[in-house]
Amino acid sequence: MELTLHVWRQAGPDQPGRMEIIRATGISEDMSFLEMLDKVNDDLIRDGVEPIHFDHDCREGICGTCSLMINGIAHGPEEGTTTCQLHMRSFQDGDSIYIEPWRSRAFPVIKDLVVDRSAFDRIMQAGGYVSINVGAAPDANSIPVPKEDADLAFDAAACIGCGACVASCPNGSAMLFVSAKIGHLAHLPQGRVEHERRLRAMVAQMDKEGFGPCSNHFECEAVCPKEISARFIGEMNRDFIRC
Amino acid sequence: MSLTSKLTSSIGAKAVMAVSGVLLMLFVLGHMLGNLQIFLGPEQLNSYAAHLQGLGPLLWLIRLFLLAVLAAHVLAAIKVWRDSAAARPIPYSHPGSVQTTFAARTMLLSGALVLAFLIWHLVHFTVVNDPALAALKHPEGAEPHHPDVYAMVVAGFSHGGVSLLYILAQILLGLHLSHGAASLFQTLGLRRTGKAPSRVDLFAKAFAGLIVVGNCSIPIAVLLFGLGEDYLFSVLHAQ
Repeated sequence: MELTLHVWRQAGPDQPGRMEIIRATGISEDMSFLEMLDKVNDDLIRDGVEPIHFDHDCREGICGTCSLMINGIAHGPEEGTTTCQLHMRSFQDGDSIYIEPWRSRAFPVIKDLVVDRSAFDRIMQAGGYVSINVGAAPDANSIPVPKEDADLAFDAAACIGCGACVASCPNGSAMLFVSAKIGHLAHLPQGRVEHERRLRAMVAQMDKEGFGPCSNHFECEAVCPKEISARFIGEMNRDFIRC
Repeated sequence: MSLTSKLTSSIGAKAVMAVSGVLLMLFVLGHMLGNLQIFLGPEQLNSYAAHLQGLGPLLWLIRLFLLAVLAAHVLAAIKVWRDSAAARPIPYSHPGSVQTTFAARTMLLSGALVLAFLIWHLVHFTVVNDPALAALKHPEGAEPHHPDVYAMVVAGFSHGGVSLLYILAQILLGLHLSHGAASLFQTLGLRRTGKAPSRVDLFAKAFAGLIVVGNCSIPIAVLLFGLGEDYLFSVLHAQ
């Protein structure tokens, strides 16, 4: 495959950036999107050009490190898939592909496609935990949890904190991330105890970081690689209004 | 948690928008039901109008309340717009979306245009800057002075331009409601499905459709089917 990449290049956090056109040649449709970038970088390095910087780690779709806005869609065109699990067979030979970093005031660009997502860490530090020592894993079923609650908690806990929800939201809102983290604990007896305090603290930190408000476009759940439902946003809204 | 910090949070601002939106929806529905009495004849509509005017101080209380609700809705919209714009200072060079709707993306524009129409509508019909309508609002003779609202509506909609503007505004309002009337359920935590189909979406589309069809039926009846033509003719000749 041969592709025309339009890639955001930015030398550093305070440097101006711009879209650059880079040709990708010798690409196999069996490559993942990140392997395609690896190949492009090999060629760039051979030509003495600075390679494209991008975030990646596990490349198994479970760590939440990879990102990339691909043709305007977070993690690209495949549903429920991280960029590392996206394969080049999703594209056609000769395609133009626009690759941009997550765009959010709260996620400043560090270099090229790499953004600083520590705003998410600060939201978690504000209350995304259970503050008592619960010891080792208890015996199964020693604390009864209804099946529906266990399923909901697990669905929410699938969030890998990649930030695609923020990147795809027309308002740059982090509501899906925050509501998943809150919902994950709120549906379990151990997390329920501190629910209101956690909710207030995490929402306050979310606003402080400069994420936008939610206008119910539901773009977040559409691009979420873990397919987390925006029902958790509804639950967070309801509990916030009540508390 | 203090009410102020709650209201100024991103979730609180949206709750204000949703609650004020519900109240404005009730007003829009009541306004339409009141206006539809035009199909029951001049006596029915004029006595309904006289009844509203007869509320005296209560009418002003209702007006002030509605104004406050509208102000809250607009202020919340301005906050959401400003916070959203600030949250993404650099836009994407390649546009893209998966499942948002045209109505959702244009809420600010449709809302602003409906507000502009509302101001024009009040100036045109309640304050009355149209001399043709002014004569009907203050008819000579009859004591006490009850405006002939039926004749005013017919005279107003007899202008093709006025009717067209009115119909366009109703379509914009319908667009605004088709997102807003569904969105408020999610904002208030009453929707349990995310984007997945919900009765809420059906309700919003039905409500928006009802308002557009109900409100547009009046100018269409006047302009195309000659509703009240004879009545207006007789009133103008009696003067």
